[in-house]
Amino acid sequence: MMTPDSEAALAEAVAGATGPLRIQGGGTRPIGQAKGEVLSTAGLTGIELYEPGALTLVAKAGTPVAEIEAALAQENQRLPFEPMDHRALLGTTGEPTIGGGVATNASGPRRIQAGACRDSLIGVRYVDGQGTVIKNGGRVMKNVTGYDLVKLMAGSHGTLGVLSEVGFKVLPGIEATATLVVHGLDAARAVAAMSKALGSPYEISGAAYLPEATKTVLRLEGFEASVTYRLKALRALLDGFGDMEELHGEASRDLWAATRDVTHFAGVAGDLWRISVKPSDAPEVLKFLPSDMRYSLDWGGGLIWAVVSEGADLRGGLGKFSGHATCLRGAARTFHPEPAALAAISQGLRAQFDPRRIFNTGLMG
Amino acid sequence: MEMPAPDARIMAKKAKLVSRLQQVLPKDAVIHDEFETRAYECDALTAYKCPPLCAVLPSSTEEVAAVLKICHEEGVPVVPRGSGTSLAGGALPTADCVILGVAKLSAVLETNYDDRYIRVQTGRTNLSVTGAVEENDFFYAPDPSSQLACAIAGNIAMNSGGAHCLKYGVTTNNLLGVTMVQMDGTIVEIGGAYLDAAGYDLLGIICGSEGQMGVVTEATLRILRKPEGARPVLMGFDDNEVAGACVADIIKAGVLPVAIEFMDRPVIRATEAFAGAGYPDCEALLIVEVEGSPQEIDDQLAKIMDIARKHNPVELRESTSAEESAKIWLGRKSAFGAMGQINDYMCLDGTIPVSELPYVLKRIGELSKQYGLDVGNVFHAGDGNMHPLILFNANKEGDLELCEAMGADILRLCVEVGGCLTGEHGVGIEKRDLMFDQFAPEDLEAQMKVKDVFDPKWLLNPAKVFPLSATETRRAG
Repeated sequence: MMTPDSEAALAEAVAGATGPLRIQGGGTRPIGQAKGEVLSTAGLTGIELYEPGALTLVAKAGTPVAEIEAALAQENQRLPFEPMDHRALLGTTGEPTIGGGVATNASGPRRIQAGACRDSLIGVRYVDGQGTVIKNGGRVMKNVTGYDLVKLMAGSHGTLGVLSEVGFKVLPGIEATATLVVHGLDAARAVAAMSKALGSPYEISGAAYLPEATKTVLRLEGFEASVTYRLKALRALLDGFGDMEELHGEASRDLWAATRDVTHFAGVAGDLWRISVKPSDAPEVLKFLPSDMRYSLDWGGGLIWAVVSEGADLRGGLGKFSGHATCLRGAARTFHPEPAALAAISQGLRAQFDPRRIFNTGLMG
Repeated sequence: MEMPAPDARIMAKKAKLVSRLQQVLPKDAVIHDEFETRAYECDALTAYKCPPLCAVLPSSTEEVAAVLKICHEEGVPVVPRGSGTSLAGGALPTADCVILGVAKLSAVLETNYDDRYIRVQTGRTNLSVTGAVEENDFFYAPDPSSQLACAIAGNIAMNSGGAHCLKYGVTTNNLLGVTMVQMDGTIVEIGGAYLDAAGYDLLGIICGSEGQMGVVTEATLRILRKPEGARPVLMGFDDNEVAGACVADIIKAGVLPVAIEFMDRPVIRATEAFAGAGYPDCEALLIVEVEGSPQEIDDQLAKIMDIARKHNPVELRESTSAEESAKIWLGRKSAFGAMGQINDYMCLDGTIPVSELPYVLKRIGELSKQYGLDVGNVFHAGDGNMHPLILFNANKEGDLELCEAMGADILRLCVEVGGCLTGEHGVGIEKRDLMFDQFAPEDLEAQMKVKDVFDPKWLLNPAKVFPLSATETRRAG
C-alpha cells in the first residue's frame, strides 16, 4: 500500500506506477472489485482554509469527515449534503475521508433539499492518470470559468483522477429539528404523503419510508419557532393519511442518522442495491423486484435501498422505468449499463484522463 | 479581440451548404440572405459583430440532428444560440459558421407536481418556465436578470445564476436531465426525472460548457413550491468594510437569506437620480431578503436587524408591505438602466472570497482613477459574485479598448485574491484571453480533452472559452 504524504508524492506515485492502482480514502466504501496496489490518500490530511463568513471550506482529500464536521460545528456550520457513513451497512472499519465522500458522491437524506455532494463541491485538485496535478473550480461558490470538471470528478469513483484537495460551500447549523411520523401506510400511500409534503412550502429536509416499522418520516429543520410552525402546518396538510407522532431533538436526530446510514440493513445477509427512480414510480418498481427482498425508501421515494438474495439481478425488472441501479454488494455489475452513445462518451473520458487505464480498473468508463 | 479568419473553403461552398440544409428544414427555417443574417450578427455583447454564413431555426430534435450531421460532414463550424442575451459573446458568429437557433423549440412537454419537475424544449424562456407552473404555486429557481428574454438552452450553456442562488443554487443544481444532439447528429438522453443520473456526471460537464459539447434541445428541470412569502430589509453604511462585516455576521449567525445584494455609492447615486427609490446617500447599501410564513419572516428579519444595528447603520428600513418591498428592490432592479443612462457601460462578473470585498473595492477605486473611467459596483454579496460596471463612451476613439484593459485588470484582481473570472455570465470571447491568468496550461488542457471526446473535430462554438493560441491545432484538425 502506498500512502503519500503530499500532493507531489501522490503525483510521483501515480507517474511511477507500473500496474493497476486501487484508489482508497479511508477504505470504508469498498464499492466494486477493483484490483491492484492500494494507493491511499489517508496521508493527505488537514483543513487548508475555512472562512465561516464566506461559507467556504477547503480540505485535503484524506481529511476525516469527522474532523471537518467537528471544525464546522465549532462555528455552528455543517456540510449541506449530510454524507452517509457506510461502515455499519458495509461492515467496514476505518475512518471515512472527505475525498472518499466526493469520489462516491455520498449524499444523505438532505439530498432532496440541499443537493448532493456534487452540488456543494466548489473546487478540486487531483492527479490524473499520467501523474499531472490538475485544478478546477476554486474556493468561491459561484464560478463558471471554464468547464465544470469539479462535478465530473464527484462520483467518478477514483477512475478519472486521484483527488488531493476538495473545496465546499457549507451551510449554517441547525437550531432545531423535528420529525413527523405517519404510521401504518403502504408504499403507495407513503410516497403519496411524501410527495404532498415535498410539494408544500414547509421546506422538508428528509422524507423516508421504513416499511418494516410502517413509518413514513418527514423532517423539518431550522429556527425553533419556525419548526414548530411548520410541524403544525404539516400535520394539518397530511390529516387523514394515518396516525401521527412527533419526534423532537435527539430522537429526531438519531432517527435520521440511522436512516442516512441505512443501519436497518446492517449485518443483513444478501446482495445490496441502491436504486434511483422517479419518486412516484417507486411503488410500481417495488412490484417488479424479488418477493423475498427487504427494502426502504429515502428521497421521497426516489431512492430505493434493497437487500435481496444472493445472485438476483434487479436490473431486469427496472426495464420499463427510468432510473438506474447500483449494486453495492453482490456479484452483479456495480454500475448500471449505459446506452451505447453514452458508454462511448464515458470510455472516451476515461481514456483522456487515465490513458493507461490504471485507476480502479473495471469500475465505470 | 481576435476571432479566427473565416475558412475560404467553407465560404466558397455556401450555396451547396444552404441547399443541403434546405433539404432537411422548411425553406423559411434556413436564413441565408445577407441582410437577414445580420439579425444574428451579435448577442448582448454588442461591441463585436459578424454576420454568419447562414442561420437555421429547427423545430425538433430530429431537425437539429439533421442540421448537425450535414455541418459535420461538410466540416462547417456551428454556433448554437438561445435568445442571444449573452453578455460574454457566447453566441457571436464567425463569417464561416452556421448559427443554430433554438427559438422555435419552446414547448412545455410535461409538468409533474408529484415528482416536482417540468420538461421543456430549451428555446423556452426562463421566466415562461415559471409561468407554466405558477398557477399551481410552483416556480423554477434560477433567475438571471435577463429572465424575461433568455432561453433555457443558454442558461444550461452558461450555467446561469441569479439573485436568489444563495439559497436555491444555479442552473446546474436544478437540472435533472437533457436530450442533447452531438455534433455528428447522435441524439443522447442523459438523466431524467430522478436524482443523480447514472455514470459520470455528464450533466455537470454539459451545463456551463458554453454550447461546446452538443446542442441541448430538451431539459428536465426541478421545480419548487413557492414560499409563503418574502420580505426585504434595506440597510445603509458609511463604510464598505462595515457592510462586508455585517454580511459575514448575518451568515455566521445561522440565517440564510434568499438574497443579499450590495450597491456602492456611485450606483446608489445613479439609481436615486434615475428611479428615486428613496435610498440614503451613503457608502454602501445592502438589501437582505428572507422567505417563509409571516411569522418566520418577522423572526428572521428581527435577527438580521439586531446584527445590523451592531454595525451602526446610517439607515435601517424593514419593509412592512408589498409596496415597500417593491420600492426597496426598485433601485437595485434599475441599477443597470441607471448606469446606462449616464454612459455606455461594460458589466463584469468576477467572483471573490467575500472577506476580500473591502480590499477589492479599494483597488477598483484606484484602477478607476488610473484609467480615468468611472465604476459602480453591484454585488451578490452572499456569494461574492461582483458586477462592476465600467462607464465609457463607445463613440470616443480608444475608450472601448481602455475600458477592456481596465476590465481585464479588475478580473485579474479577482483571481489574485482567490476568486475567478466569471461567476455566472460565462467566458465566451470576453474573458477567453484571460484564462491563462486563472489556469495553468495543464488545467486548460484537461478541460479541452473533454471537448475532444464530445466534439473531436472542434466544430461546436470553437472559438470560445479557451485562448485561441491554446486551441489552434485542435481547431485546424
